[in-house]
Amino acid sequence: MDDEFLRLWPQAASDHAHAIDWLIWSFTGMMAIFVVPVFVLTILFAIRYRKGTRVSRDHRPRGSMKVEMTWIVLPFIGSMIIYLVSARLYYEVKTPPADAMVIQVVAKQWMWKFQHPGGQREINTLHVPVGRPVRLNMISQDVIHSLYFPALRIKQDLLPGRYTALWFSATETGRYEAFCAEYCGTDHSKMLATLIVQSPQEYQRWLSQSGASESLAEQGEVLFRQFGCSGCHGPAAVAKAPTLEGLYGRRVALHDGTSVIADQAYIRDSILLPHKQLVAGYEPIMPSFSNVIDEEGVLRLTAYIQSLGEGEQGEPHADSPRNPPPEETAP
Amino acid sequence: MSQKNPAADRAPSYLADEHGLRTWLLTTDHKRIAILYLISVTAFFFLGSLAASLVRIELVTPEGDLLSPDGYNRAFTLHGVVMVWFFLIPSIPAVFGNFLIPIMIGARDMAFPKLNLFSWYLLVGGGSFTLYALLAGGVATGWTFYTPLSTMFSNGHVVAVILGVFIVGFSSILTGLNIIVTIHRLRAPGMTWFRMPLFCWSLYATSVILVLATPVLAITLLLVAAEHLFGIGVFDPRLGGDPLLFQHLFWFYSHPAVYIMILPAMGVMSELVTAAAHKRIFGYSFVAYSSLAIAVIGFMVWGHHMFVAGQSMYASMVFSLLSFLVAIPSAIKVYNWTATLYKSNLTIDAHFLYALTFIGLFVIGGITGLFLALLAADVHVHDTYFVVAHFHYIMVGAAVAGFFGGLHFWWPKMTGRMYSQLWGKIAAVMIFCGFNLTFFPQFLLGYLGMPRRYHSYPEDFQFLHVLSSTGAAVLAVGYVMPFFYLLWSLRYGPQAEDDPWDAAGLEWRTSSPPPTHNFLETPIVDFDAYEYPPEATHGRS
Ligand code: HEC
Ligand code: HEM
Ligand SMILES: [Cu+2]
Ligand SMILES: [Cu+2]
Repeated sequence: MDDEFLRLWPQAASDHAHAIDWLIWSFTGMMAIFVVPVFVLTILFAIRYRKGTRVSRDHRPRGSMKVEMTWIVLPFIGSMIIYLVSARLYYEVKTPPADAMVIQVVAKQWMWKFQHPGGQREINTLHVPVGRPVRLNMISQDVIHSLYFPALRIKQDLLPGRYTALWFSATETGRYEAFCAEYCGTDHSKMLATLIVQSPQEYQRWLSQSGASESLAEQGEVLFRQFGCSGCHGPAAVAKAPTLEGLYGRRVALHDGTSVIADQAYIRDSILLPHKQLVAGYEPIMPSFSNVIDEEGVLRLTAYIQSLGEGEQGEPHADSPRNPPPEETAP
Repeated sequence: MSQKNPAADRAPSYLADEHGLRTWLLTTDHKRIAILYLISVTAFFFLGSLAASLVRIELVTPEGDLLSPDGYNRAFTLHGVVMVWFFLIPSIPAVFGNFLIPIMIGARDMAFPKLNLFSWYLLVGGGSFTLYALLAGGVATGWTFYTPLSTMFSNGHVVAVILGVFIVGFSSILTGLNIIVTIHRLRAPGMTWFRMPLFCWSLYATSVILVLATPVLAITLLLVAAEHLFGIGVFDPRLGGDPLLFQHLFWFYSHPAVYIMILPAMGVMSELVTAAAHKRIFGYSFVAYSSLAIAVIGFMVWGHHMFVAGQSMYASMVFSLLSFLVAIPSAIKVYNWTATLYKSNLTIDAHFLYALTFIGLFVIGGITGLFLALLAADVHVHDTYFVVAHFHYIMVGAAVAGFFGGLHFWWPKMTGRMYSQLWGKIAAVMIFCGFNLTFFPQFLLGYLGMPRRYHSYPEDFQFLHVLSSTGAAVLAVGYVMPFFYLLWSLRYGPQAEDDPWDAAGLEWRTSSPPPTHNFLETPIVDFDAYEYPPEATHGRS
């Protein structure tokens, strides 16, 4: 974020950023091959064949299959090569590695809230360690926003009601700008953030200094008691409710005979829209918390439920980003 | 058929036939309706430009100091809505399509003359209503109306604006229908499909899109209104809806709609290039079929607007591939126009300069469209000024150059007057230079990371923004100039000959301006389109 007067190329803070720059330049080069002749020939013809010039105009072609096929097929093959390269890069940027550290992001008009696994919270600033894959697990509290890091050449929309992900592995320490890229109302242009990429030691120091006494899961446990979840789901509960231990990642049989994997989206829906997917063998007595608990609360509760143990069926934490379950593409 | 229609000289022109405002407002003559459209879209164009000027002036400084944040958001919303729906979509189809298609195919009028007039009233009525709602209600959703911002979180008269756009949509549908039926039913004897000028082919393809895509917009807008008014959950997740569904529906209309805006200009281009070259187009059937190909493939690429919206990764890969396919027919056209100049007898008039402007700007706009279709690259430049530059190169640079080129080319036919070539050429050059100065810096801005729809921005973007605003001033002068010298020509311009450009085509075989029924005797067509003499070094044989 140095204040140069004239900057014409963005900083690059990851391998991916360099790969994108390379992609852009090679595509520019290839397109130049197909476009420059158009400009040059148009001008040449316009000069040479002006009315009255003494040049041969015999054997004017009315068209030619061969010529047409040449300018259809060659550019197409050329761009397909670049297409494959870019599809691979897109696959990579959409597929977080399993060992990425996870940071929770909640967007609302007009601010960014970040929360680290250790419970550290920050607003409009994001600290990450250099050289380590980071996965942002993101959701919006209101309208659609989009988190954009130009120096990393990536962005991803944040939707209300659905988790989306963005991952990167920064290779250069420093401070970088982040923007909201999806128009979101009055102060859209004020919805900025700063990405601070630090060495692992600095990052550790920052974590310990930023005064979080409880981890994300521990904060969730507090909410779990505060909102009375334990009254039904706790060990000594009177109401008949399923135990949440070992729920995360397990396959849950539903009332209507179908079943789902209990991933993050499922747990969110269970809290905010409990009647959407009823667990088989239980009554629909759980109240909806959609007006009581915000997205950050849901994320903490989810972390707590996850800390209660993960189920047998699959490893969604590592798995779900690679193979998005159907819930991620459908409402 | 090389002689002019002799009867045409004896009949009064469509302009002189009847007098008085009433005869204009109740006319069913396609030529008069075209003039009505010309006046109204010009008015909308100036209105939209006014809003754009506000935006560009605001962006001269990094701070948001001229307008309030909401004022800025309203300005670009007004600009987008007016330019897309009230200027660009009706511009060439409703003005030149109306004026020329019946003449080009040797018909007396459009198939449904009253419907034709009715669609003009829909445009003007719906347009004025929307404008009122935009100005009075302060709608700040952007022209895209993304939910849930537009349904749950925006103040203002969103529903009224949507209703206005909905009404104008019907104007588009009816115009499209009229053109399709006219081309099918009213071609003169001997005017086979492959003897039609390419302008007719491209407007036919455009009309197919108008008729098939616009209803989807209408349904989508109705759903937004229903959610807004009655709280029926369609798009809002809190009501059990899906916000991405809106984007899918919107782009299912709006990507084809971008071709509604450019295909007609491509049709104009084929006329301008051949007339300037005094030579048949190279590869007629490739240019003709490419219009249809664009219309068909254009319906299958909408997902390229949603690469980072949360759409499935594999869907994105398919949409990207299809977007490369849709570029092929556009490329075919450009290559064929270039090849048409080979061994031509070129005259360089103002309208040819507009044609060159079109080629230059369309090629850059099209190529950058491919950059955007390139998945991983789009993840970076989506929703930045790069996208803004891309679509302005095509929609403003190229499409408006097509519109102006057509205006300069057919002005003598429409009005019977010649304008000053010198001023025409100066304006064309200013538009070309001003345009590039305005929008080229925006590619750099976008790649640097400047998001679109920003009222204020970090300081290091300022230099490029100032360049862009400077260019906009030059561009504005270029756009205003024709307004003056064309109006001037109405009074002081010399009388136009029937065929001032030595061009082929039925429209040049009737008088300038044409009589009310275009041809007193239905022409018999026994010649191909663009029938120029094989070695036309000395006028027409
Ligand atoms: C009134 C009792 C009650 C309260 C209070 C309650 N729940 Fe539930 N909960 C239930 C019942 C009954 C079910 C099973 C039926 C269903 O799916 O709604 C359930 C299901 C769930 C499930 C899905 C379990 C599975 O096996 O699939 C989750 C997760 C959950 N609750 C979390 C919470 C959280 C978090 C809170 C506190 C914010 C909470 N519940 C409060 C009664 C309750
Ligand atoms: C040559 C073929 C074209 C291709 C491959 C192409 C590709 C694209 C892509 C991928 C985007 C999405 C960019 C993004 O939002 O990240 C886009 C945006 C856009 N394009 Fe094109 N395009 C082409 C031609 C056109 C034409 C002919 C027009 C108009 C006449 C046009 C108008 C637009 C508009 C209006 C947008 C942005 C809409 C918005 O977000 O507000 N494009 N184009
Ligand atoms: Cu925003
Ligand atoms: Cu598109």
